[in-house]
Amino acid sequence: MLGFLRMLFLPAKKRALPPTDGRLTKQSPLVPAETVAGRSLVIVIAIMTLLAGLTAGAATLIVEASSDWRADAATEATIQLLPTKGRDIETDLEKAAEIATKTPGVLRAKIYSQSESEGLLAPWLGQGLDLQELPIPRMIVLTLSQKEHPDLAKLTMALISQFPEASLDDHHIFISRLGDMARAAAFMALVIFILVVVALGIAVASATRAAVATNHEIVDVLHLVGAADDFIASQFRQRFLSLGLRGALIGGGGALAFFALARAMASYWRATAGGNQMEALFGSFALNAGGYFLILILIISVTLLTGFLSQQIVFRHLKQLT
Amino acid sequence: MLSFENVGLRYGSSPETLQDINFDIAPRSFQFLTGPSGAGKTTLMRLIIMALKPSRGMIQIFGKDTAQLTKEEITTTRRKIGMIFQDFRLLDHLTLYENVALPLRVQGKDETGYRSEVYELLRWVGLGERFEAPPSVLSGGEKQRAAIARALISRPKLLLADEPTGNVDPTMAGRILRLFVELHKSGTAVVIATHDLSLMDQYEDARRLVLADSRLHIFE
Repeated sequence: MLGFLRMLFLPAKKRALPPTDGRLTKQSPLVPAETVAGRSLVIVIAIMTLLAGLTAGAATLIVEASSDWRADAATEATIQLLPTKGRDIETDLEKAAEIATKTPGVLRAKIYSQSESEGLLAPWLGQGLDLQELPIPRMIVLTLSQKEHPDLAKLTMALISQFPEASLDDHHIFISRLGDMARAAAFMALVIFILVVVALGIAVASATRAAVATNHEIVDVLHLVGAADDFIASQFRQRFLSLGLRGALIGGGGALAFFALARAMASYWRATAGGNQMEALFGSFALNAGGYFLILILIISVTLLTGFLSQQIVFRHLKQLT
Repeated sequence: MLSFENVGLRYGSSPETLQDINFDIAPRSFQFLTGPSGAGKTTLMRLIIMALKPSRGMIQIFGKDTAQLTKEEITTTRRKIGMIFQDFRLLDHLTLYENVALPLRVQGKDETGYRSEVYELLRWVGLGERFEAPPSVLSGGEKQRAAIARALISRPKLLLADEPTGNVDPTMAGRILRLFVELHKSGTAVVIATHDLSLMDQYEDARRLVLADSRLHIFE
């Protein structure tokens, strides 16, 4: 077919081979990439990913800190003895500690001295008071084995049989409340995360519809030169994947940078009183590898979600055109 | 190859733009579609390429009723038709090369497989040196030739050209017509919509389809 064209339009001597320097191989995207709407979408995706990343990271920190607190609390139990007239409290403490250490699963028993016990009350009662006349309870802190769980009920019975005023606290209420708090925090984080993802989906859907409307002429030409719907939808998906990746990298990168910076600042401030309080609450404020991995997964998910949503919306739009 | 039986088209509740259109287009045939401006030439072209659905009647193309075609079959059928639009409809964000290669690209063909063919076709229509230019910098005549190259690149069985010489000088119009005649001789059915009588006079063997008063009159 082309022979006659050669004859019509070009002398044979001017015919040349196509360029081989690769200039022709770089093909432009069929859906224009750089538009004002596209840049706005990148910003929206970046903000949403940043919020989702911060939420996920904060939830990870809380759950991790709670887990540490619970682990610490679960390996301790406290025996409390009240001073009783006619009995030597120091002897009773020694005996109670002995009973406790003989219980399988109890590793150590530390008796808090009179002054240590008074020191525990100092934050509430203030310094410098003479507490000798007050019946201050005395404590024995037990260190429990994580492998071999001691029979605390049996230990309680053994203690009460000898010291009617004794009580044993295994911190189960505190642990239970910590667990509830961690679950509530994780649930709140999940709700915020879902809201952010829904908002992201709505933003992507809206931007895709706008892109289809703006590029209506291109869609029409593609149809008329023989493009199938899935081909056209895939062109939009590619464009939105690219926008999604850029937005997710900016937002997710921002979240990663935030936690890295927070960790550096926490270690810088660790020596201060405020830093100690923060560390007591949130640990070292350092996101573990799982937290960073979660944010990386978020970046990939946001990118894929953006591409998938745009393709589905374009596909539905093209079906309606039929 | 193509047949219209009692085809009518109306937009909304307005009177029919096209009424009782009956004609056939045989393989390897050549015809001019003419008529005054606004007679419905472009509309008829859009019916053939299935960009519009008739309000009544039946259109058969390549042996199939267009009303029964699935979306995939419509796509496959369109790939056998080359269409030159009156307003060119080149994509401004693509280079000339990419515009011409578009029908092959949308079929998912490997670019290395058609690169030399596109480049040669561009040279043959006199645009070989401008393969990297965007359509926005081309003259009307150059756009016209690019649109022709795009319609020819997939070697269509049926070529529809809507006012293909409307933006070129008489010399180039003559060359384009000769190109279509050669295409016709090599086996492509050609339909040229034009109201340029001098162009039609250059090829008197062609059948003439005349649209007037919403009806089609055929002069063999």
